[in-house]
Amino acid sequence: MSRDLHVKDLPNIARGCSVLGAGGGGEAYTATLMATQALMDYGPIRLVTYDDLAPDSIVMSCGFLGAPIVSFEKLSSGEEGRYLLEEVERIRGAKVGALMCAEIGGSNGMVPLTWAARLSLPVLDADGMGRAFPEVHQETMHLAGIPAGPTVVVDERGHRAIFRNVEGAWVERLERAVAIACGGIAASAEYHMTVEEARRATVPGTVTLAERIGRAIADAEDDPVAAVIAAVGAARLMTGKIVDVARRIEGGFVRGTATLEGMGGDAASVLDIDIQNEYLIARRDGAVVASVPDIITLLDEQTGEAAHTERLRYGQRLVAIAFPCAPVWRTPIGLETAGPAAFGYDLPYIRVEDLNPGCGSWPGDSA
Amino acid sequence: MTARGAPKRPVAHRALDLRLGIDVGGTNTDAVILDRDDRLIAKAKAPTSRDVTAGIEAAVDAVLAVGSVQPTRISHVMLGTTHATNAILERRRLHRVAVLRIGAPATLSVRPLLAWPADLRDVVSGGEAIVRGGIELDGREIVPFAPDEVRAFLAPLKGTVDAVAITSVFAPVSDRHELAAAAGAREVLGPDIYLSLSHEIGALGLLERENSTVLNGALLGVAREVAGALGTALAARSIDASLFFAQNDGTLMALDHALRFPVLTIGSGPANSLRGAAYLTGRADGIVIDVGGTSTDIGVLSGGFPRESSQAVEIGGIRTNFRMPDIVSIAIGGGTIVRDGAVGPDSVGYRISHEALAFGGSTPTLTDAALLAGRAAGVGSVVPDAGHRARLAAGLAIADRAVADAIDRVKTSRADSPLIAVGGGSILLSDRIPGVSEILRPHDYDVANAIGAAIAAVSGSAEEIVTFRSRGHAEAVAAIGARAKLTAIAAGADPAMVEIVDVEETPLTYITEPAARIRVKAAGPLSTN
Repeated sequence: MSRDLHVKDLPNIARGCSVLGAGGGGEAYTATLMATQALMDYGPIRLVTYDDLAPDSIVMSCGFLGAPIVSFEKLSSGEEGRYLLEEVERIRGAKVGALMCAEIGGSNGMVPLTWAARLSLPVLDADGMGRAFPEVHQETMHLAGIPAGPTVVVDERGHRAIFRNVEGAWVERLERAVAIACGGIAASAEYHMTVEEARRATVPGTVTLAERIGRAIADAEDDPVAAVIAAVGAARLMTGKIVDVARRIEGGFVRGTATLEGMGGDAASVLDIDIQNEYLIARRDGAVVASVPDIITLLDEQTGEAAHTERLRYGQRLVAIAFPCAPVWRTPIGLETAGPAAFGYDLPYIRVEDLNPGCGSWPGDSA
Repeated sequence: MTARGAPKRPVAHRALDLRLGIDVGGTNTDAVILDRDDRLIAKAKAPTSRDVTAGIEAAVDAVLAVGSVQPTRISHVMLGTTHATNAILERRRLHRVAVLRIGAPATLSVRPLLAWPADLRDVVSGGEAIVRGGIELDGREIVPFAPDEVRAFLAPLKGTVDAVAITSVFAPVSDRHELAAAAGAREVLGPDIYLSLSHEIGALGLLERENSTVLNGALLGVAREVAGALGTALAARSIDASLFFAQNDGTLMALDHALRFPVLTIGSGPANSLRGAAYLTGRADGIVIDVGGTSTDIGVLSGGFPRESSQAVEIGGIRTNFRMPDIVSIAIGGGTIVRDGAVGPDSVGYRISHEALAFGGSTPTLTDAALLAGRAAGVGSVVPDAGHRARLAAGLAIADRAVADAIDRVKTSRADSPLIAVGGGSILLSDRIPGVSEILRPHDYDVANAIGAAIAAVSGSAEEIVTFRSRGHAEAVAAIGARAKLTAIAAGADPAMVEIVDVEETPLTYITEPAARIRVKAAGPLSTN
């Protein structure tokens, strides 16, 4: 069932995207302003489901890739979506029927909204991750066997690169090289597909899920953290204070650990969270209590807003929560692509709900 | 004694040996006079006036009278003031600014001032444009700069704008497009047009830096007015001193610098009290609580400087990228009104001296509650009647809990920490606070902020994104540090004494090449010549 998204809906979607971002994906503030301007200038966006589109209609999955710090300085032109669209339509020989976020987590959850408004196209209520991941091929379309290419990378000047015959980690390697050449940030589209394919290859309902999480925070009367926990059925891992943040660059990605010292009922405990752009593994007093691909998120104890990995600092009071990822990530190929081993951990994956009694299931739509 | 044969220099030396520190708070304006060894000679308070300047004059008169000081002996005046903040909050006396961004086709997706409150934008903006140009993070051009677009934008604005605020993408990496646009603006609008350039103002983060640059442009007139009024006021009191302004990071800038960067004076109060607390106790690290008449600020001293906030700071509803001290503020102060089961957030402010019960008034305040509990001995004399007692006791308990909670909020470890209590309202603090190992109550706690302004160092900072392929880490930090020192010297620091006080490094994420944002801060004592 389709509906319109208006300017007033954007802050809630952004809040939800940050919660789903597991600490990564970049802060959504600038992307929210982009979408705000686009909706002010071009009117509301139509948010649609698979059933609202013709089965053979083309869905363009898209977003930015590169360094968030660059994206906060060299803002986009707003035309990147049109450049991507023109190339994808040329490749497919058909019109694109809807845009979709490649990644609902973080700022990329907002980006296709801007482009859709400017192109007068609907946005599909779905995405390719159900969270944020660092690499382009860590998408559910990859798991479903949808070809990644030909992929399109463009910059704000209108430079366009097309990669054919690319799959898996090569998509990431080549596209990121282009993004760096373009100044650290570029827009890209991979895994374009028909609506029929999207139905089995994407995570459904995630824009609505983000909005629901954001509205829970905005409408909470006195305990926004509890509202988020209720909205996603999360396990509360720890309420605590950051006493240590160690970050280092390793293989081009930021790796590190944040340590929370428990407060209140958790006073005797310590929670260590491994960071690799996103929060990957949480250990309470040494024992794993949640791990990737399940979603670990840190919330500000007072506001309920998600704390990004880049903003962590000593003394912050946070609530660490975890909730299940979209079910497809728990399949063998899902875990191979984005399980603990994919991030270099020699750890068996155990579902967050098996480690934390009372934790719910994936809060989004079931496929 | 005859002058003949007497050495000249020591006489001149002694004649100009005092410093006057002034801090404008929400309730009171405090003034102190320190000698060349930083010893306190005199202190005084006056109610903060609506126009701020009259309150400053009253405080200066009071402190000169208290200390029986020869005004001609004052060599330096250091002022922490709220003029700029008030001008923005009240939308008064602001310059009309042409807002020029250099970055198109990049950045077109978010136009300048998009998130500003509409009424402030109406007052400040004389027109907005994004022209072609801008810099990449490695210093290349995004596209060539388009000076003709600058002229086309500004020419019709001649006579309608007071200032031009210019912000280029990655100006902290290279200022060349901003400087070229500034030259163009002078050509079109005349050599006397006020300019506010982003590379001189803020760090990375385009929209926040642009906001700060536009606010700075809007405040340039206020800065001149304030400097003029203060100069006149000081001259009328025979004070012939160099004037310095306190900044939000706890350091000072010279008058000519403040005239160009008035936006940096916003929020100097909390930093001043942190620095003053450090000075009064000789401690470089610890938690500082500053209890005023209306509110309490709690911050952390680290290496003698305020710990800075990592969050974006909003001024008048506008997101900026200023590095403010990391402060937790609560609505608890000496004049906070106590009701049944509730405390504040309103306060009687400076009217405490006749409205509080202790001074014969009819409004129960936290000062009354503290007196009743035996904490604020020597303040006031009227004993509250039985009807007020239970309410006051309950109110004080609420305030105690709020204070303890706020202190815990700024702490970085569970271990008990020493607490330095300053500010006129700090007499209402309990002697035992959970999580606090000892409470230091320095002498002259009530003017810590003005002392902080008077003893502050002068600082400067520089920031860059460094890709480690092009040069080594140590080399990069040294180069950025050298720039930071030059900025500090330009702001008035003694070139011989300026040193690096902080190096902050943030690795860049989602980029395959090792790179980091490096920010270096330098500070040194005031140059005395």
